[in-house]
Amino acid sequence: MKRQVPVIITFIVGAVLIVSVFFPPAERLGENFSVFFDIIAVFAFFLGGGNLIRIHGNKIYRRQKDWAFSAVTLTGFIVMLAAGLFKIANPNGITGDVAATGSLFQTLYYNIFYPLGSTMYALLAFYVASASYRAFRAKNKEATILLIAAFIILLGRTPLGVYATGWVPESFSLLQIPNLAIWIMSSPNLAGQRAIMIGIALGVISMSLRLILGVERTYLGVDNE
Amino acid sequence: MKFKIMILGCLLLALALPALAQDSVKTVEASAIPAISPPAPATNVTAMDSPNDNGHSLTLRWTLSADDGAGQKTVLGYKFLRSFFPDSGFVLREGMAPSGSSEYVDMGGRKPDDRDFMPNDTDYYYIVRAITADSNVYSDSPVIGPVKAVGQLYNVGRTLVLVFVLCFAAITIFFIRRARKGAKLFVRRLAGIEAVDEAIGRATEMGKPILYVLGLGTAADIATIASFTILGRVAKKVAEYQTGLIVPCYDAIVMTVAQETVRTAYLDAGRPDAYNDDMVYYVTSNQFAYVAAVNGTMLRQLPATNIYMGTFYAESLLLAETGALAGSVQISGTDQVAQIPFFVVACDYTLIGEELYAASAYLSREPILLGSLKAQDYGKAAIIVISILGIIASQFRWNWFLELFKAGN
Repeated sequence: MKRQVPVIITFIVGAVLIVSVFFPPAERLGENFSVFFDIIAVFAFFLGGGNLIRIHGNKIYRRQKDWAFSAVTLTGFIVMLAAGLFKIANPNGITGDVAATGSLFQTLYYNIFYPLGSTMYALLAFYVASASYRAFRAKNKEATILLIAAFIILLGRTPLGVYATGWVPESFSLLQIPNLAIWIMSSPNLAGQRAIMIGIALGVISMSLRLILGVERTYLGVDNE
Repeated sequence: MKFKIMILGCLLLALALPALAQDSVKTVEASAIPAISPPAPATNVTAMDSPNDNGHSLTLRWTLSADDGAGQKTVLGYKFLRSFFPDSGFVLREGMAPSGSSEYVDMGGRKPDDRDFMPNDTDYYYIVRAITADSNVYSDSPVIGPVKAVGQLYNVGRTLVLVFVLCFAAITIFFIRRARKGAKLFVRRLAGIEAVDEAIGRATEMGKPILYVLGLGTAADIATIASFTILGRVAKKVAEYQTGLIVPCYDAIVMTVAQETVRTAYLDAGRPDAYNDDMVYYVTSNQFAYVAAVNGTMLRQLPATNIYMGTFYAESLLLAETGALAGSVQISGTDQVAQIPFFVVACDYTLIGEELYAASAYLSREPILLGSLKAQDYGKAAIIVISILGIIASQFRWNWFLELFKAGN
């Protein structure tokens, strides 16, 4: 029974969602299922918060390795929760907007959380450089093609690319680096991307069918038939 | 000294005069802007039910005003007035169509308690108003109507999609049935998936854990569901090999499902005692905070293998590069086309596109699941054939063939 009920629910919800795409009167039913998901998601916030407190609380209590990180996590969680819940320093009091200017919540968000997030994002620039260095080493034929394509695109998006091949006559305009960069992006690159997208679409349909028909049950922690 | 000051004053005045003069000219010009005369109204206005929907929507079409892009060129756009009666009660609708456009879909609320509820099977009358920069200067078209919004039972525009889905479903079911009857199906090798076993073995030998990242998707995303199925297979093998498993989650529902998946995998492997709830834990629902936490785990615990399966965005490279720095073997798979290059660059093995959805079936080697993979391959073959036919059709201008594949609403 424990295994049959989820399969039946999956079949009904999956079938209704497919039908709602092709039959407009069923659209609202499909939307309702999305609302059900949102309702469940609200309860999950408590699950997430509870799990966070339990995992990190245990680490601190048992003085496990790196427990100091857990202490920082829990402190951040509790301070932000209190600042938002009790609207500490909110100019409009407890009835004011949680993110009102001057509130502790907003101050912490914009002065600590936001810059930290931006810092993480900024690391991407360095990681792109290190990943490119590895990828663009011309170790084999494919990597060499990748290197050449990347070089043309990089050059094509800078003024240097325009100056370098500006002398090429208009009748051979495709050989001008900026045009070549556009061609690489809009022809071979786009064709490859579309091929992957078509594959993904087929994979999604196949996976959905396996789930709806109850053939794939691994997500329930159950071996297949 | 006084003389110098006078000269300096004169110079400054000389410099300032043209500017002052310019300002006064501008003032004169501003006051001399001629009043806008009312533009020509939109003509040939038609109103009809919007096709292929559940009703609650009407489509208006018109011929552009003579002053839209031509004539006085004063038309900024079109607004719409709606009423239940032909001669009174017209109310201005919220939306507008920019100049140059000749169609507008007036979509109302679909539920009776919606603020802008538009009931079906009710008579409506419309006026199309050509507006100008001056809110008081406009021209109205004649009243058009009555027109009713009607719901359709079937979306004709999606017939081709339905045909494809049905054909593909039929092929999938056919191969699943064939597999059930014991037919031997050949499925091409997926290097990324074959590396999973090897990676788990490596982790066991090194005595280090395996890090499994489910991505940033919710439990409703098909890529995350595919990732659950792979996690189930990986967790079972991890339990058999008695290796450690770390699953940091971005979403609380994902965490709950993942906990259940891993717990049952350990049960199936006959090692329920080895399962620990702390293996699968919630981190945060903020993208970069999640990255910081997972990267920290990677650098502190130095997992032997990192597996990234699911939906990833900008964090893909941040995670995979950190994993590469930590010296882990990395296997990745995502349905986000833009992130695939980052994974290809930074990971040892990458599942590209549909391989993510094939992974679970491939790992299990269950004939029934392999049957669906076979259908995927046939689906791709069919699309390749259709693409080639499309190229030929566009060269020979067989428009009827191209029309067949035009996307509907």
